[in-house]
Amino acid sequence: MMFLFALYTFMCFAVFRGNRNQKKKDRIFLWQRVLMYVIHFSAFLALYAVQDDWRVIIFYLFQVILISITLTCYQLFYSGASMLLANNMCMLLIIGFTILTRLSIERAIKQYIIALAAVVLTMLIPLLIRKITFWKRMTWVYALVGIAGLLAVAVLGKTSYGAKISISIAGLFTIQPSEFIKILFVFFVACMLCQNPNFKTVCIATAVAAVHVLILVMSRDLGGALIYFITYLIMLYVATRKLFYFASGMLCGSIAAMVAYRMFTHVQVRVVAWKDPLSVIDNEGYQICQSLFAIGTGGWFGMGLGQGMPNKIPVVEQDFIFSAIAEEMGAIFALCLIMVCASCFLIFLNVAMQMKDQFYKLLALGFGIVYGFQIFLTVGGAIKLIPSTGVTLPLVSYGGSSLLATMIIFAVIQGLCVLRQDEGEDNGRKKQGQAYQKVRSQ
Amino acid sequence: MEEKSRDKHTKKSGHNREFAVVAYSFLAIFVLLMGYLIYFEAALGEKFINNPYNKRQELFEQQVVRGSISTADGVVVAETLTGADGAEVRYYPYDNMFAHVVGYSTHGKTGIEALENFHLLRSNVSAAEKVIEDLRAVKNRGDHVVTTLSFDLQKAAYEAIGVYRGAVVVMEPATGKILAMVSKPDYNPNTVVEDWSLLTAEDNDKSQLLNRATQGLYPPGSTFKILTTLEYLAEHPDYENYHYNCSGVVTVDNNVIHCYGNTRHGEEDLMSSFARSCNTSYASLGLDLDITRFGELCNNMLFNSGLPLPLEYKQSSFVLKEGDSAADIMETSIGQGKTLVTPFHMALITCAIANDGMLMKPYVIERIENANQGVVESYKAVEYKELITPETAAVMQEFLKNVVKEGTGRKLKDTSYEVAGKTGSAEYHTGSDSSHSWFVGYAHMDGKEDIAVAVLAERAGSGSEYALPIAKEIFDSYYKQ
Repeated sequence: MMFLFALYTFMCFAVFRGNRNQKKKDRIFLWQRVLMYVIHFSAFLALYAVQDDWRVIIFYLFQVILISITLTCYQLFYSGASMLLANNMCMLLIIGFTILTRLSIERAIKQYIIALAAVVLTMLIPLLIRKITFWKRMTWVYALVGIAGLLAVAVLGKTSYGAKISISIAGLFTIQPSEFIKILFVFFVACMLCQNPNFKTVCIATAVAAVHVLILVMSRDLGGALIYFITYLIMLYVATRKLFYFASGMLCGSIAAMVAYRMFTHVQVRVVAWKDPLSVIDNEGYQICQSLFAIGTGGWFGMGLGQGMPNKIPVVEQDFIFSAIAEEMGAIFALCLIMVCASCFLIFLNVAMQMKDQFYKLLALGFGIVYGFQIFLTVGGAIKLIPSTGVTLPLVSYGGSSLLATMIIFAVIQGLCVLRQDEGEDNGRKKQGQAYQKVRSQ
Repeated sequence: MEEKSRDKHTKKSGHNREFAVVAYSFLAIFVLLMGYLIYFEAALGEKFINNPYNKRQELFEQQVVRGSISTADGVVVAETLTGADGAEVRYYPYDNMFAHVVGYSTHGKTGIEALENFHLLRSNVSAAEKVIEDLRAVKNRGDHVVTTLSFDLQKAAYEAIGVYRGAVVVMEPATGKILAMVSKPDYNPNTVVEDWSLLTAEDNDKSQLLNRATQGLYPPGSTFKILTTLEYLAEHPDYENYHYNCSGVVTVDNNVIHCYGNTRHGEEDLMSSFARSCNTSYASLGLDLDITRFGELCNNMLFNSGLPLPLEYKQSSFVLKEGDSAADIMETSIGQGKTLVTPFHMALITCAIANDGMLMKPYVIERIENANQGVVESYKAVEYKELITPETAAVMQEFLKNVVKEGTGRKLKDTSYEVAGKTGSAEYHTGSDSSHSWFVGYAHMDGKEDIAVAVLAERAGSGSEYALPIAKEIFDSYYKQ
C-alpha cells in the first residue's frame, strides 16, 4: 500500500515533467485513479481483517460510490477542471476515511455523511464562480458577515481545550464558523486589494483584518488567528508588492505573540510541552509525547492498520490524525501524504499565477496560503517541529466544518480552473499557441 | 512547475514574481516538515520507542518473545521460558547474583532489562524464519543481549562481599567495560512481583531495590585524598618538598582532626602521608589549597555532573566553596564533610588514573545478536574524556602503588599481581565510631588486562580491614585463572 501511494505521489509531480501532451497526462490521471482504488480496497480489506465488522464492507462500498461519482462529475461537467486536484481531493478523503474507520467507525460514518453533502453542494460552486460576476463587488458583505459570525462564536461559543471555537445549532450539531469565515475573509481581502491598492485602502483592509484576528484571539482560537494573520500578510505582500508591509506585519505579529504568551496560560502550556515534552510527560507534554511515541514506534513502514495504539493520543481524530497515519501506515506513507498536500498547494498557486484577473489571482493565492499554512501547523505540531496549535489536517481530520470548508475551497479553485480555460480559449483563438496547451494541461 | 509557468508569465506580464516567492517559501516549509520527520525517524525514533511511558512496547511483547541476556563469557542470566500452554515466564537462573545490574522486567523494568528493552523486543531473525514462525503461529524470537559482564568476576565479587551491605564495581580501565556490579542487600528478580510489598514496605530499612553501586551516595572517606592530592599536585609542582610532622591530632580554630586510631605518623612527606592516610597532614595541607580551583578540579572529575552511564545513577556532589570555614575545608580534604560519591564514580576515577588519565566511556553492552547468534550490532570502546594529564596520572599511579608497598594497603603486597590502590574509612555521621569501609584500586599482571575495582562495605570499619580483603578476593579470583 505504501509503495502504491508512493507511486501515486510520484505521478502527482511527474505530470509536470517534460513536454507531455494532454493525452499522456490523461493517462497518468487514469493510472492515479486506478492506484487510488487499489489503495482504498487494500486498506479496507486490512481493516476488515482486523476489525471483523460487516459495517466496514458496506461503508467501503458507499465510499467507492461517492468517490467515483465525484470524479465522474468533474470529468463530465467541468472540462477545464484540474483532474489532478480532483484526484488528490479524493485520495485525501480516502486516507481520512481509512484512518477514521480505524479509530472509530461511528465517527467515520458521520464524516462520510458530511462529505456526501459537501460533494453535492460544492459540485455547483464551479458553475457559480463561472456564471456570477459580482463576486468582487460584495466586499463589505464578506467583512460584515465574517465579523458578525466570529463575534457570535466569541459570545455564544462553547469552550473546548481552552478555546472557544464552535457553536451548537439547536442542540443538534456543532459548527465551527471560523472555518467558513476563512473563506469569506479571503474573498474580502481579495476584493479590497485587487485594484492597485493605495495607502488608504491598505489601512482599511488592515483594520478589518485586525478585527477578525482580534476576535479570534478573544475567543482564544490562536491557531485560527494565526492562519488569518499569515494569510492576510502574504496576500497584502503579493497585492502591494511591498515586502515592507510583510516585514512590519511580522514584527507586530512577533510582539503580539510575546504578549499572547504572557497572557494565555494555555499558550505557555503548549510551549513548555514543545520544548521538552518528556520532562513534563505526566501533564503538559502528555499529548505530544503520545504523538511522538506513535510516530517513532510506527517507524518507516508503520505498525499496520489496526496494529498500533493511536487512540492513546488525545484528540487523535482531529489535531493528531497525522500521527495516527504515521504510526499505522508508516513514516514513508506520511511523507508521501505531505507531498500530496504540497501538490495541492502547488496547483492552487499555479492557478493563481495563470489567472489574468487580479481578484481571482489573489483569491487562489489566499486559499493556497490558508491550505498550505494549515498543513504546516498541524503536521509541524504533530512531529514537534513547532508547538501544537490545535489545527486540523484538511480533508483528512475528523470534523464536519473543516471538511466542508476545505471542499468549498477546492471547489472554488476548480471554478477558477474552469474560468481560466475560458480565458485560455479567448486567448487560443488569437494565438493558437503554446499557452492553450499549457492551460488545457491542468 | 512554478519554474515554467513563472518564466512564461514574467515575460508576459511580470506580475508573478511575488507569487513565485510565496510558492517557493511554502515549498521550503513542506521540505522542512519532511526533513524533520525523516530526522525524527532516523535519529530520535528509538529514544521515544524506548521510553518507559510508551505503552506501545506492550505491542511488541505480543509479537515477540523477549530475548535473553548473557554475560560476555556466554552464561545466560535472564531468559524467557515458554510453557506448553504458551505462558511465558521471565527466568533469572542465578537468582540474586545479577539482580541490580541485569534488573527485572516483570514489575516495571530496571537495569539492563530497561536499558535494552528495545532490542530484547525486536526480532532480527531472517525473514524466512519469521514467515515460518508466523505460519506456525508462534511468536518471533527477540534479540539476544550480550553484556560486558564477566560471570566469574560477578560471582567472585558477589561472594566476596558476603553478608555486608555495600557495593562492588569491577571495570576494565583500558576499555571502560563494566565487568561486575554487585549491590547488597539484594533481592531475587524471579520473585520480585511476589515480594514487592515486602521490598517496598515502609518499615523496610534495607532498600534492597536500590543499586548501591550507582545510586548509593556515601562520604568517600580517605579515598577522597586522591582528589586532594591531585589538587595539591596541580598547585605545587614542588610537591616533593612537602613535609609534615604528625602528632596524631591537629587543632585549628577549635576544630580537632584525629588520625585513624590516633596514630602518630611522625615526620612524613606527601607520598608517605598518602600511603599512611594521614588525616592531620591532609587536613593541614587542605587549608593551603585554592578552594575555587579545587572545586573546578572536582567538577572536571565528574562531581556535580552527569556520568557517562546509561543505567540509573545518582550524581556525586562536592559543595565546598571559597569562604567556607576551616573546619569544612579540613573535613572535606580528608573525605568527610559534605562530599558524597557513588562507588561507581570512584571506580571511574580509578580507571582514569590506571589508564594514564584517559577515561574510557563505561559500557555494559558488548553486542546484540539475533536468536541464532548472528551479530546485529556491536559496541566498541570509545574515549570519553581526559580527566587528568598522563604526567599527573603517572605520579598518582606511584602514590597508589606506594600505598600497597608501605602504607595501609600492605595486605596486597605479596601477591602474584601488582596492585595500586587506596583504602578509606568514612564516618557516616559525626561522632560515631563505626565507619563505611572503602577500597579503590587496580591491579596489573603481565599477560592479562588490568582491572579496577571499587569496594564499599557499609558500617564495616576500616578500609584496610574489611573492604581491602574483598578486593583481594576479586583480584585473586581474576588472576588465578
